[in-house]
Amino acid sequence: MDYPETLKYSQSHEWARQDGDKVVVGITDYAQEQLGDVVFVELPSLGKTVSAGEAIAVVESVKTASDIYAPVSGEIVETNAALADKPELLNQSPFGEGWMFKIRPSQTGELDGLMSAAAYRQWVESQ
Amino acid sequence: MIAEKKETRLESPLIFEKSVPGRRGVRPPAVPQADLTALLGAENLRPEPPRLPEVDELTLVRHYTGLSRRQIGIDVTFYPLGSCTMKYNPKVHEAAVALFADLHPYQAPETAQGALQLMYELQADLSEITGMEATTLQPAAGAHGELTGILTIRAYHASRGEHDQRRVVLVPDSAHGSNPATASMAGYTVQEIPSGPDGEVDLEALRRALGPHVAAIMLTNPNTLGLFEHQIRAIAEAAHAVGAQMYYDGANLNAIMGVARPGDMGFDVVHLNLHKTFTVPHGGGGPGSGPVGVKAHLEPFLPSPQVVRRGEGFALDYDRPQSIGQVKSFYGNFGALVRAYVYIRMLGREGIQRSAALAVLNANYLKELLKEQGYRIPYDRLCMHEFVAQPPEGFKTVDIAKGLLELGFHPPTVYFPLIVKEALMVEPTETETRETLEAFAQALGEVVRRGKEWLEGAPYTTPVRRLDELQANRKPKLRWEPSGQ
Amino acid sequence: MDYTPHTPQDLEAMLAKVGAEDLPDLFRELPQDLLFPPLNLPAPLSEAEMMRKLHELAAKNHSAAGSFLGGGLRAHYIPAAVGPLATRAEFLSAYTPYQPEASQGLLQAIFEYQTMISELTGLPVSNASLYDGSTAVAEGVLLALRETGRSQVLISQGVHPEYRKVLKTYLDAIGAELETLPLQSGKTPPAMIGPEVGAVVGANPNFLGTVENLAPLAEAAHAAGALFVAVVDALSLALLKPPGSYGADIAVGEGQPLGNAMAFGGPQFGFMAVRENLVRQLPGRLVSETTDADGKRGYILTLQAREQYIRRGKAKSNITTNAQLTALMGAVYLGALGPQGFREVATRSVLNAHDLAQRLRAIPGVRQLTPEPYFCEFVLELPKPPVEVRSRLAERGLHAAVPVPEEYGQNLALFAATEVHTEEDLAALEAALREVLA
Repeated sequence: MDYPETLKYSQSHEWARQDGDKVVVGITDYAQEQLGDVVFVELPSLGKTVSAGEAIAVVESVKTASDIYAPVSGEIVETNAALADKPELLNQSPFGEGWMFKIRPSQTGELDGLMSAAAYRQWVESQ
Repeated sequence: MIAEKKETRLESPLIFEKSVPGRRGVRPPAVPQADLTALLGAENLRPEPPRLPEVDELTLVRHYTGLSRRQIGIDVTFYPLGSCTMKYNPKVHEAAVALFADLHPYQAPETAQGALQLMYELQADLSEITGMEATTLQPAAGAHGELTGILTIRAYHASRGEHDQRRVVLVPDSAHGSNPATASMAGYTVQEIPSGPDGEVDLEALRRALGPHVAAIMLTNPNTLGLFEHQIRAIAEAAHAVGAQMYYDGANLNAIMGVARPGDMGFDVVHLNLHKTFTVPHGGGGPGSGPVGVKAHLEPFLPSPQVVRRGEGFALDYDRPQSIGQVKSFYGNFGALVRAYVYIRMLGREGIQRSAALAVLNANYLKELLKEQGYRIPYDRLCMHEFVAQPPEGFKTVDIAKGLLELGFHPPTVYFPLIVKEALMVEPTETETRETLEAFAQALGEVVRRGKEWLEGAPYTTPVRRLDELQANRKPKLRWEPSGQ
Repeated sequence: MDYTPHTPQDLEAMLAKVGAEDLPDLFRELPQDLLFPPLNLPAPLSEAEMMRKLHELAAKNHSAAGSFLGGGLRAHYIPAAVGPLATRAEFLSAYTPYQPEASQGLLQAIFEYQTMISELTGLPVSNASLYDGSTAVAEGVLLALRETGRSQVLISQGVHPEYRKVLKTYLDAIGAELETLPLQSGKTPPAMIGPEVGAVVGANPNFLGTVENLAPLAEAAHAAGALFVAVVDALSLALLKPPGSYGADIAVGEGQPLGNAMAFGGPQFGFMAVRENLVRQLPGRLVSETTDADGKRGYILTLQAREQYIRRGKAKSNITTNAQLTALMGAVYLGALGPQGFREVATRSVLNAHDLAQRLRAIPGVRQLTPEPYFCEFVLELPKPPVEVRSRLAERGLHAAVPVPEEYGQNLALFAATEVHTEEDLAALEAALREVLA
């Protein structure tokens, strides 16, 4: 199980990373393993305004469908088009090619409020 | 036996692949020369006929007979699918339905008095069995009945000016998925109530969730663990104290059919699944029927029309100003109503109560047998019509299910309810013999004895083996395409 | 009589095993005052007694087998092969094919059904069935609203009035608005479509029987960013353009003309087909082809994450049980007739309807409301109240003249003809109606 040190984490198993003025979001290695083979990803529409904690995307495996929550508030400025044809990227490369969307944050500090890799690892192990 | 196995293991061509241009099956009466362009307008005519299969009648008969041999149902083998009440579907029901096939819903009501009388009597019988005061027969299935029942509650609250304040429906975490789905379709917010350690609704958690913002509580009793909610009266009192309505999901009524009535427990609304409790054939997934019974205060809100007595005869009453409206065209799945009527009238009072008791006996007997085979029972007490088991430690439920298929049984419901890991939800029903229950328990023991390696490869001799579900989900192929396209 | 197999010896052994003294003791943990209420139900009947009672009830009904009634359901001939094949015990007594290895028969039959509906509608994706035509309309509209994220619906008055009532019930539930576009001279006029409209609905043929060109309505819907839902008569698709070819995003309808009995209004089945991009919004079961562990072709339920037992409160619909057996009858029917036979049934129905309309509108005081072109149903204005006319005809052994709701006009009655009618039948109805209206 991977817990990259450079990322921030939420209790609902999203990761987030600052990338210029945007925040890139995806699901963690632990999340993809729990879900099993991903068959479909429903992404938020571009330009949508989201608040932290809001369910804005869905990841489907054969027998489950899980909501994905915005880790920070802001506007959706980019989504990962490659997931439409290759949802399996979420399984193969959850922290890389399997990223889901980018948010331009409307508030400062929300990203810092998320968990560190160590804290998230502890959270997962307590589950 | 071996020959048959071989036959069903063969490839099964689609009916389209048996099609030969120009070959014909059933021929309609002769059609005179017709100028369809003049009658229907050239711009409205389809340029190409639909590509339907062209087969002779014998090919058609062999095709569907062949398909039926690749299918199992209750008439083939034991089918203990939990929460689905796969009881025997009496043959006399099919004979009964045939007597009513040629009635049109818009024929003059005085020429359909027998059908209306049957519906009128069934409305009364179902009200009697559920302890309710009025019943609509219109909903087409259980989930459709749920929607009808919840909308009836919604209309009741609205009539009292409380609709805007009551926006929440409470549902236990062990509920069927259709309950929260229904509440959403009716525009409500769903709040889940946890189950306590005994598998029943946590009464304290429920009390905390209750308030003037709650429209209804949806409960299945016995619940999906096969356990009777002992605190049902306290739950009803707490709900009614804050003005919430009690909704009974009738999926599990078979345990207590006529023995304990939802109306007497304090429920205000109940939906029934005639294709479960009242043994309308499941038909591979419908058609069903989902009548809804209510207490008197909700009667004005039931769908329109209702069948009423008028003078010497029976009539359809559309004069229902407070009704939620219509939920289905015409009057419901009448064919299912005929079967349920026959079932109730043949069983009579004694038969109905006895059938429920024997459903409970069969479930408890099978539960004891499963324990002897090493299966775990997470809530081990006197169950109702079904119970939830887990395979012996280290075995996966999906493998047990596939192993059972290899031994000729339909598996129980798997991985439900969600609150039990590796759940096997077993509902034998009252129409099974003791020998069948014993053979099934033996099979459950046998699949474990054959070991994990065997289980993981099972089934072996079914028409197909385990299917690639991932491929079907990632790249679904949802229709046949002619070759070369 | 009941259907339980327990002998006294069984009871004794089984009760002992589960630790109960007798059957009532099985309920000992329940509140005792709830138990075994005196039920006001008649005494049990034997099979013979029951059948006798049923024959008595059935004798109070008049068969509408050769009737001229329409409005959603009609008296078509059901080939003898349909019933025995579709209701083979393995199909009749199965449930939803959750275990595909034991359900290849049904799954393949559903896959074939999906293909047939796709062929009829000219849309690539069909689900496995819905309850009936009315709920198919409601589900189609809900799908369009989900997809567009909008909350207004514009529906042609040409859609069956009962379907519109059912739709209203469904829309009221979620607080969506329903606006009706009134027919003009029997057809749906051009419409102004607002920016909040997510679904535009038209029917073909419409409730009056008129064959409409719905392409302009579909175009207007798309221009406004809405989806277009076409409500179509299954039989008409033998001859008329498939809705996919004139802009329908979603096609729905009632399947009864395809080999299903009228059965006093149910059960039959509803069908729904959609464009490829809407597949994940589709309600109900869906079957996909796939391969098994040996590489053999097989069929399986797919995209189940849309459904209530996985998605619970966020499912696309609460539908669970649908109308599989009656949809199977539809598939067997289409297989039995083939493209040629299906076309002949439709053609003969159209010809009979036009012959009948010509005869009836020649009766003094009768006027045809339905404009050209029309399919196999039409509406007449009668000089006497239709409810009374229907009863007087019934006294003469003929079922016809469905009273049409007053929103369409006064003293209107709907007539239908099908392939079962002969010239003598048409002449008999003409003579009887002359008598009744004289």
